[in-house]
Amino acid sequence: MDSSTQITHIVLLSLGVSGTALLISSAVGIPIGVWLGFRRFVARRLVIAFIYTGMGFPPVVIGLLVYLLLSRDGPLGWLGWLYTPKAMVLAQVIISFPIITAFTMAAVMGVTGNVRLQLLTLGASRLQATLAVLSEARIGVLVALIAGFGSIISEVGAVMMVGGNLKGSTQVLTTAVVQSTRMGLFEQAIVLGIILLTISFVVSLAWIALQGRSLLEK
Amino acid sequence: MNCAVYRLEGISKVYGTREVCHVERLEIPRGSVMVLMGPSGAGKSTLLRLMAFLEPATSGQIIFEGHSHSDGKAPPLEVRRRVTMVFQTPIFFKGTVEQNVAYGLRFRGELNVRTRVRKMLEAVGLSQLAKAKMASVSTGEAQRVAIARALIFDPEVLLLDEPTANLDPQNVVLVEELVAKAVNDRGTTVVLVTQNVFQAKRLAHQVGFMLDGVLIEVGLPDGIFADSVDQRTRAFVRGEMVY
Repeated sequence: MDSSTQITHIVLLSLGVSGTALLISSAVGIPIGVWLGFRRFVARRLVIAFIYTGMGFPPVVIGLLVYLLLSRDGPLGWLGWLYTPKAMVLAQVIISFPIITAFTMAAVMGVTGNVRLQLLTLGASRLQATLAVLSEARIGVLVALIAGFGSIISEVGAVMMVGGNLKGSTQVLTTAVVQSTRMGLFEQAIVLGIILLTISFVVSLAWIALQGRSLLEK
Repeated sequence: MNCAVYRLEGISKVYGTREVCHVERLEIPRGSVMVLMGPSGAGKSTLLRLMAFLEPATSGQIIFEGHSHSDGKAPPLEVRRRVTMVFQTPIFFKGTVEQNVAYGLRFRGELNVRTRVRKMLEAVGLSQLAKAKMASVSTGEAQRVAIARALIFDPEVLLLDEPTANLDPQNVVLVEELVAKAVNDRGTTVVLVTQNVFQAKRLAHQVGFMLDGVLIEVGLPDGIFADSVDQRTRAFVRGEMVY
């Protein structure tokens, strides 16, 4: 495999793993964030405290937990996911889920309770009111997605532990940068680093465009 | 035949240990304008929120169109959609004036939204602002947008919480005309909260006076303004301080 094919494979795998992880954590994290933003219940603060703790969880610790879960003697060892992209997706879901949940919750809470009342007086059903509040909070939800994606596309510790950085199989941009640096291939490491930064930038621009906001908007 | 849209019986709303609204009995006839007056903190806005089914009463029952709502649960969506409320400071959503006016219709899955919005904007004299961003309109225009947004889906009941509190006289007249037109042309029942005695005289078919969370007197405008039973009501309509 020549170096450009190799880099293409690394980029595609990085996007595939982080994209899948983002999709899963958004599918779970956004509804939970909305729910926490709206609902008041007895253990709400405790749940929020857990989520905030999750935001600060070191990725290597998550990597260790996923490693123990998926290792041959672990409770999920029978899945045979260790050192596969599936294990990397699982680790990245655990890393990004609390970030997306917490940011979504904050965005929904930022839209005042009066907005919901106003929507109800206009005849919105509970679901319609929730979706309309989410629409009003869309910039905050967008920030949640960007922050979630940023946290996993640039993460190295967990994917290294559970993926193994196997060339052509589980090597992603961040782990390839580490390996190239260790081998003294600084040129390659810099190229990979620039690609990583470019991906983050392009993804952010694309999301902003998807929100219907002109990039030139003041 | 019972022509009361609302009948409130023994309604009480308590926050913590404080009773903020108490109405022993109140009937609001269909197609009439009921004006609620009283100083700030009298419980008028709370009463409107209870009537809009935005929050449940702590005790008592609200009988709307003959159906009692006293179990603390919100009534079905179809019932809730027959009532709308315009807040003293209405909340507007991101987007243009016409998008804001269309909200209620879109929630109901109505057709011909664009045509109806255009007609409604014409009716409130805001056609030229249809494409304007909400952030760019004046306070008076915004209040008219709020009323247009409420009237566009033909509610049976329109609850207005001090809709002219921050408006200049010209806009006050415009808003009052819209209210009168809704009542006369569509038979809408209006409950209007105001501290403006003159406005109450101009619009009311029935006037209620609230103080310290309690509805202390209800009557016809002539009776309330010329010869009210309660001395606190008399003092308020004379413009004296009421405690």
